[in-house]
Amino acid sequence: MEHIGFGALSYDFAHLLGGVMLLLSFALLSQRRIAATIDTYALQALTLSIAACWQGYVQNEPSLYLTGAIAFAAKAVIIPLMLRRIVRRLHLSATMEPALGIFASMALGVALVALSIMVVLPTTIQAQALTREDLALALSVVLLGLLMMITRRTAFTQVIGFMSLENGLILAAVGVAGMPLVVELSVAVLVLVGVVVFRIFLRRMNVQFHSLDTAHFDRVGSTHR
Amino acid sequence: MTLPDWFDTVTLVPGIPLVGALLVAILRDSRIGAWVVIAATAAGFAAALRLPGQLGSGLFLLVDPLSAHLAILTAFIGLTTAVISRRFIAHELATGALDAGRVQSYHTLFLTFLGFMLLALLSNNLGVAWVALEAATISAVLVVGLPRTDEAVEASWKFFILCGVGIALALFGTVVMYLAALPALGPGYGAMTWTELTLAAPNCRATLLNLAFVFMLVGYGTKAGLVPLHSWMPDAHAEGPTPVSAVLAGSVLNVALLLIMRLRAVMAANAQAIDPGPPIMVLGLLSVLLAAFSLWGRRDVKRFFAFSSIEQSGLAAFAIGLGGVGATFAALLHMTVHTLCKAAVYQSVGAASQRKGGQKFTEITGMIASDPALGITLAAAIIAVAGLPPFGLFASEILILSETMRQTPWLVPLLAIGLLVGGWKLLARLITLCLGAPTQARGPAVGWTLLWPAWLHLVLAAILGFAMPATIAAWLLAAAKVAS
Repeated sequence: MEHIGFGALSYDFAHLLGGVMLLLSFALLSQRRIAATIDTYALQALTLSIAACWQGYVQNEPSLYLTGAIAFAAKAVIIPLMLRRIVRRLHLSATMEPALGIFASMALGVALVALSIMVVLPTTIQAQALTREDLALALSVVLLGLLMMITRRTAFTQVIGFMSLENGLILAAVGVAGMPLVVELSVAVLVLVGVVVFRIFLRRMNVQFHSLDTAHFDRVGSTHR
Repeated sequence: MTLPDWFDTVTLVPGIPLVGALLVAILRDSRIGAWVVIAATAAGFAAALRLPGQLGSGLFLLVDPLSAHLAILTAFIGLTTAVISRRFIAHELATGALDAGRVQSYHTLFLTFLGFMLLALLSNNLGVAWVALEAATISAVLVVGLPRTDEAVEASWKFFILCGVGIALALFGTVVMYLAALPALGPGYGAMTWTELTLAAPNCRATLLNLAFVFMLVGYGTKAGLVPLHSWMPDAHAEGPTPVSAVLAGSVLNVALLLIMRLRAVMAANAQAIDPGPPIMVLGLLSVLLAAFSLWGRRDVKRFFAFSSIEQSGLAAFAIGLGGVGATFAALLHMTVHTLCKAAVYQSVGAASQRKGGQKFTEITGMIASDPALGITLAAAIIAVAGLPPFGLFASEILILSETMRQTPWLVPLLAIGLLVGGWKLLARLITLCLGAPTQARGPAVGWTLLWPAWLHLVLAAILGFAMPATIAAWLLAAAKVAS
């Protein structure tokens, strides 16, 4: 492994990818349109998969390429497609009003990032620089995901928040040198996410079933059950 | 001792239920399915009984008195609940609350849930424990959502979101824990193994340990029903099929509390890290108080007992936080007896709500007058949960209170208020449920012969409380020494 620190490519690029993920978390927090939210999430998952592969290269750990590939296939492609399908089938409204204003949630988001840096950096003084910054970025992504789950009331956006949170977890796991079981853990997390997406579908269906317009339900029922 | 490996007989304990789940899924027959569930849980219980003779630890599995004890307990609850749920589910099928497909999913998910719970209990690897708990959560969530009413779907959604967040935080904690152990143990599986971590804890980075502790405590605390992420429990218990509540109340809480105990042991071994006791005690005490006061004003029977589970789990967590062999012994006894008694409560409450065709307190009154067998069983179970003699919760609560008196006397009044307020309300509800004029019965009558699992639990709870055999006392003491 080459020297890790400012100026080394491995460090800078990993840092950049983590930073992009954090930026996308903020983008998620400020989105009002559902379609754009899904796209932003897909982009974050794509960044995650590149980050995982990059760590696989830096740490010379082939299994991380697998993590990256799984993240790409499932989270950057399949899940966003499924979500778009759900939105289309269930005629969700194109925009949603957050419970908290955009400015307030952005301000809170910045505060959370400051918090995670303040928590992580002093506690990891002796750790490798790469791990330190990565962990701070990952924790920020996790906390912003939580914030999104709190400030958005609809089940749909809560799920996106949860999935973004979980991107942060995988970012933390791939950034730690030589951690075993990362692939298994990421698959397990993926199963959780998959079931969540499936549940949201069921839940929406249930709501639709009791709404006045049963035409939606018939269509959904015939294609998905 | 030999190291249990993946193919050792220890794997049979979680393995048999999981294979049974596959079998039920393949068989596609709900009546045979129920018998497969009973057979698989019985075989799993038999395998678990052999655990005390197989103590040892490996890369993935850990059998020490603590995990063996809780695994036997969980497998036992699984078995008696399987017996009860055969009748319960047959009735749900007959009334149309569940259809044949859902009944089959119920049986499959029940075994999956049980298998992963046992795996989580017996795992030595933080990652494996996490995956097992997560898989168990998913199956539990799906079971809760099975009666596809609005409320059930809503409850399973809330369950999912809260436990999803909890389990995500726990995973972050696991990553940080690995990072903390890196300098002591180096890269590889060692830094994710409970036994290695506990030994190497003095050389781990204390600051990172603190960070890991916070995340894992909140994460696994969610599963233990501890404040502030407890609110999934009442919904999940109220809306899911009742036999599942019996297992949920017992096993999930115990698995989470076991993980918190192991976490506590790691933290306590490092002198520079924060003292793990006070944070665990605070969460436990807050849970006791909040749950005790929440018991007042509940109208749904199952929701009511879910709050009682939060209270008892909080009390166990408090005792774990206190630390020392005495308090840990009390916590273990408390967890054991509470699991037995609460399962008995849910087994009889399930039968009572089917008999009366509802689960509101206004719909279930005067059980003793209309159904003496069921009414008396329910009354005995509630007395047991309220912490009155002759049942074991009385003994464990006295032990916890006296340990508190010894270590932190100023907390005794708070704890006592929680216990009194909770116990008072339980007894008040006992009176409305079991005495007075009966409401109209709509479902099948339940005689003594069908209630033997509940009585088996209650008799065991009474024996543990007041005539604990020396071998069991020594066994529990050994388990407590592992944890403290």
